[in-house]
Amino acid sequence: MNTTELQRKLIAAAKANPPGDHVPYAFEKRVMAHLKDKRGMDVWAAWASALWRAAVPCVGVPLLLSAWAFFAAGPSNGASNDLSQDLDNTLLAAAVQDQAQVNW
Amino acid sequence: MERTEAELIAAVLAGDASSFEPLVQKYSPRVFATARRYARRESEIEDIVQEVWVKAFQKLSSFRGEAPFEHWLMRMAVRTCYDFLRSHQRNRETSFSELTEDEGDWLERFVKDPGGADERADAARQLVNRVLEQLSPPARLVITLLEIEDRSVKEIAKLTGWSVPLVKVRAFRARAEMKKILAKMSKEKYL
Repeated sequence: MNTTELQRKLIAAAKANPPGDHVPYAFEKRVMAHLKDKRGMDVWAAWASALWRAAVPCVGVPLLLSAWAFFAAGPSNGASNDLSQDLDNTLLAAAVQDQAQVNW
Repeated sequence: MERTEAELIAAVLAGDASSFEPLVQKYSPRVFATARRYARRESEIEDIVQEVWVKAFQKLSSFRGEAPFEHWLMRMAVRTCYDFLRSHQRNRETSFSELTEDEGDWLERFVKDPGGADERADAARQLVNRVLEQLSPPARLVITLLEIEDRSVKEIAKLTGWSVPLVKVRAFRARAEMKKILAKMSKEKYL
C-alpha cells in the first residue's frame, strides 16, 4: 500500500470534512453561571493564596534573623564559644546556687 | 447601541462580569470548531470549551489589546486542547482490526485504485479520525494545524507557544509518526 498517497488522501478527507461549529443551547448562560460559582470560590482561593504569600516572609524573616544572630555574635562580645557549657550553666544554675547556700 | 469588544473587555475588567456574556456568545462557535478537532465526545468538547472561557475570564487582565481578542482566545483554545490531548493520551492505543465495514471498504477501494477512493466519504473522515487519535499529542496538534488547517509554521509557533525550530522538528516527527501508523494499519489489515 502506498502510505504517502494514503496520508495525502486522509489529510484531504479531514480538510473536506471540517468540524461543525454549532453551540449547544444556552451554552453562554452555562458558562456565565459557572463563572459566577467560580468567583464565589475565588474568595477562598484568594485567602489561601494570601496565606501562602504570607508564609514566605514568615519563614524568611526568622531565617534572616538567625543568620544575622549567628554571624554577628562573635567572641568579642564576651559570650562563651562553648554553647553546651552555657546550657549546662543555665540549667544547673539553681542547683549550684543551692549548693553554695548549703556550704555557707 | 451595541458595545465594542474593547468596551466589553474594559467593563469586565472593571468588575462587570455580565459584559463577558456577549464575548462568549460571539466566539463560542469558533472555539467549539477548534475543540471538535481534538475531542470526539460532545461532553468532552463542552468541557474543553468551558475551560477555555474560564481561563479567558481569569486571564483577561493579561490581554493587552495589541492583537485581536479572537487571536488571544484561539491561542488559549489551542493550548487547552493540547492539555486535553496530553491528559487523555493513555486512551489512544486501539487496534486497526476494529475498523468498521465502511472504513474497511474505503481502504479496499483505495488499495485497488488510489485515485478512485473518495476523500469526501464519511468512511474516509472516520478513518482519518481513527489515525489522528493514535498520534501522540504534539504530533496530532502539529498535523492538525499544519496539514489540515494549512497554518504556517510561524502561526503554529504563536498559537502553541513553541519556538519555530521546535514546530519544524515536531512537524517532521509527526509526519513520520503518521506514516508509521498507516504502515501498521495496512499490515494489520492485509497480513
